[in-house]
Amino acid sequence: MTDLLEVEDVHTYIGQHHILQGVSLRIRPDAVTVLLGRNGAGKTTTMRTIMGVLHPRRGAVRFDGRPIHALPPFAVARLGIGYVPEGQGIFATLTVEENLRVATLADSAESRERLRRIVELFPDLDRFRHARAGTLSGGQKQMLSIARAFVNPTRLLLIDEPSKGLAPIVVEHLVEALRAMKRHSTVVLVEQNFAMASALADEYYLIDDGRTVHAGAMAALVADHALKRKYLGL
Amino acid sequence: MSRRAPLLVTLVAFLLPLLWIEPRTYLTLTVAGLAMGMLIFLVASGLTLIFGLMDVLNFAHGALFSWGAYAGFTAAVLLNQRWGWAAAPSVAANVSLLVIALAAAAAVTVGLGILVERVIVRPVYGQHLFQILITLGATIVLEELIRIVWGPNDQVVPVPATFQGSWDIADIVVLKIPVLAIVLGAAVYAGMLGLLNRTRVGLIVRAGVENNEMVQVMGHNIYRYFTGVFAAGSALAGAGGLMWALFSQSVRPAMGGEQLIFAFIVVIIGGLGSVTGSLVGALLVGLSYNYVAFLVPKAAIGVTMGLMVLILLFRPAGLYGAAR
Repeated sequence: MTDLLEVEDVHTYIGQHHILQGVSLRIRPDAVTVLLGRNGAGKTTTMRTIMGVLHPRRGAVRFDGRPIHALPPFAVARLGIGYVPEGQGIFATLTVEENLRVATLADSAESRERLRRIVELFPDLDRFRHARAGTLSGGQKQMLSIARAFVNPTRLLLIDEPSKGLAPIVVEHLVEALRAMKRHSTVVLVEQNFAMASALADEYYLIDDGRTVHAGAMAALVADHALKRKYLGL
Repeated sequence: MSRRAPLLVTLVAFLLPLLWIEPRTYLTLTVAGLAMGMLIFLVASGLTLIFGLMDVLNFAHGALFSWGAYAGFTAAVLLNQRWGWAAAPSVAANVSLLVIALAAAAAVTVGLGILVERVIVRPVYGQHLFQILITLGATIVLEELIRIVWGPNDQVVPVPATFQGSWDIADIVVLKIPVLAIVLGAAVYAGMLGLLNRTRVGLIVRAGVENNEMVQVMGHNIYRYFTGVFAAGSALAGAGGLMWALFSQSVRPAMGGEQLIFAFIVVIIGGLGSVTGSLVGALLVGLSYNYVAFLVPKAAIGVTMGLMVLILLFRPAGLYGAAR
């Protein structure tokens, strides 16, 4: 089976800083792949490089076999890649409904069906649809952010630290929702919460100091205490 | 502070001078202040969206104001020379002249605005220092071009007969051109609100003002929206320039620079990216400038700066600014 997304030996700089020093990923379709690693390892930079917000100086990013690392972010998004950034990136002054409308690229039967499905998972979005998004709770903002990425017929969802700063009960709800969503889309997840990562992921990549250092099936990592201790401090 | 606070501040600034100024003079000053405020609003509203959406400091905005004034002035002079539309006592001819002159001002500045955005601004996105330097450079070039084409001296603008003079309402002198400026400003404000709040393009622009990177990763080509906003902002600056030319009955090559300072102050007072903030800020500046110019003429410019300092002290993000 061919990979949906392939990141090959990518080197990304932010200003003078050489952040990614050789990240390689192969993302299998219909799977959830989690990127693990300590703070500052380069997980978010990897996501931003895939999305075209940052452009690598070396290496390649291919989506469906097609190189995308020189494309601007909006062109990457239009290929069918949805992005839920760290810190949610919601439009606080817009209402919940307006946030979703900005996100919907083409109003079609499919996008309406997807919206219906996501509202079923997150009923709060419907209840507060006329509220300004800035007034939502942290968990509701995260749900809105995920919903925005999901309303378009995306083939790949990049989700950066969805559990950050959320109460455990909210995280549980999020895990259930993401589990339902993974049936419709390939997911790449950055997650510090190991319990959440292991509940969702099929495969993992370990990133350390801007390099991918390990990869494999999530079940194998859960059992490998030495590896977890070395790279994650668990 | 609540969302009503800005309106309260404006109301106080609006009514306080009544303590020292006799009511009839006060009303005359108020009309002049509102007109000045509306003209500044035309310049500032474009500037605030340009700054809010793409974080671009556009010092060439003032030069576009001057170009709008000169383009409209030229149209008015030509129409008047050929058919006498300004001097004619016909309302239809007078209004046609005004509309055509406004269209000429807007058309020329839209073209120039797109040129400035594509050639000058696009290579320096995200680099404020370069933006300041290169747009100031563009200002010098555009202003010198005016001197080459139209000459360095002040020129008299033919004001259509219908809009000359004043109405005398119950012993209160109300000049016609300021009223026209107020009506035009109010119409532009209503139009902008409608566009921003009721159309999809407006929705995406509002989202972009808040977080332009997020709008891009959602698949919207922000550069195309920005060119549109830049062109529209330029047209407003141009229309503002022509109205100012009619207001002061003259055009000068450097006229835009002076307005630009006011416009930047207004953008900061109102809050970056907020059109309503620009309106409230512009009216505050216009009114306080006129009241103070009457009471203590020497303090008139200073009061604008003082107003800005005072507002920023209590609201660092401006009256309607979302803290970013």
